[in-house]
Amino acid sequence: MTAQLLTPTPNAYSAILGTGSFRPDVVVTNDDVCQWIDSSDEWIRQRTGIITRHRADANTSVLDMAQGAAQAALEDAGISAAQLDTVIVATVTFPHATPSAAAALADLLGATPAPAYDISAACAGYCYAIAQADALVRSGLAQHVLVVGVEKLSDYIDNSERTISFLLGDGAGAVIVGASSVPGISPSVWGSDGSKWNAISMTHSQLELRDSLLGANELLESAVDEPLEELANPWPTLRQDGQTVFRWAVWEMAKMARQALAEAGLQASDLAAFIPHQANMRIIDELAKQLKLPETVLIARDIAENGNTSAASIPMAMDRMRREHPELSGKFALQIGFGAGLVFGAQVVLLP
Amino acid sequence: MASTEEILAGLAEIVNAETGLDVADVQMDKSFTEDLDIDSISMMTIVVEAEDKFEVKIPDEEVKNLKTVGDAVNFIAAAQA
Repeated sequence: MTAQLLTPTPNAYSAILGTGSFRPDVVVTNDDVCQWIDSSDEWIRQRTGIITRHRADANTSVLDMAQGAAQAALEDAGISAAQLDTVIVATVTFPHATPSAAAALADLLGATPAPAYDISAACAGYCYAIAQADALVRSGLAQHVLVVGVEKLSDYIDNSERTISFLLGDGAGAVIVGASSVPGISPSVWGSDGSKWNAISMTHSQLELRDSLLGANELLESAVDEPLEELANPWPTLRQDGQTVFRWAVWEMAKMARQALAEAGLQASDLAAFIPHQANMRIIDELAKQLKLPETVLIARDIAENGNTSAASIPMAMDRMRREHPELSGKFALQIGFGAGLVFGAQVVLLP
Repeated sequence: MASTEEILAGLAEIVNAETGLDVADVQMDKSFTEDLDIDSISMMTIVVEAEDKFEVKIPDEEVKNLKTVGDAVNFIAAAQA
């Protein structure tokens, strides 16, 4: 008889077993921001809903924040680091192209030799990672997956520009995904639209930074639209086309959120919470309006105190919501991430 | 296809719903930003609502050319033609 391959023994369902977050100490107010751009506290609140952002100091790294959030999530889930058999870190601000933040994090936590890797999906990174963690657990390839969304965006902003920097904060959120006796993560609705690759992007690439430092001015000049003399700061920082992003984030993402609900087999009235990426309060409000969420649905508005923390924003907001509203345990939350790529991901999850 | 007056009236209703501005203030020669104090985010909401109402497409790159209410009315009229 021909030998037959063994395959993993699948788990029926997966679910989020625990959450954790890390908020760095430095509080940046709108008045602080107004030292750098010509604006006002009122203007910023009205346009963005942001009152403060938390940012990490020079001694607090992406890994420090990831470790803080991960340890809290492990404790909340009641499992040890040694039980982790996959570590996924969603980030766009780990300052090394390689090796990954995840491999270092796994070692810091004591999860070695768990497979560990980073994913780059910006503000959708956490939802992308949940899609993977869900698939890994249900396939049986993993039993306990650590998912961390972490960003130190303050390293990649230019305080004097007006399109995005003043929105951004730092932080980390983590969840543990494991096997469950009841369905805990709905089919992921995820995708990309690279035709809008430039809608949220860096001012220039690392190669252009290198060439600038090397004084290879002609290379730099040919590679960017701006004349060289305007590149006062060769360090790449974030920019966005706010109107394009707003339009996509509300009307296209409302469609994706409705699709995620439909694929979960639920109605808006079945939700207890809505936890969108904390991009801008105006986006959150308009999305909620488009989705016609009943008033009973709690809406995450962590952005007011925490700013936009990209991949970290959903797990940080979820962790806070669970602590402030323990009655949400065992109820459904719709989460949707969207951002640079452009990329998006959405699921309905059962809150632990 | 709607007349210029009908488009102006419809657009004024959308602006009123988004910003609370009186429909009578929404006139052809008014600048969205300078006269009506409409910010870029509200402008996008108005654009999307106008697309639905008038069944036209207003591309992102076109929005920055719509400085006045008249620009928007004329664009919509041309797109409907």
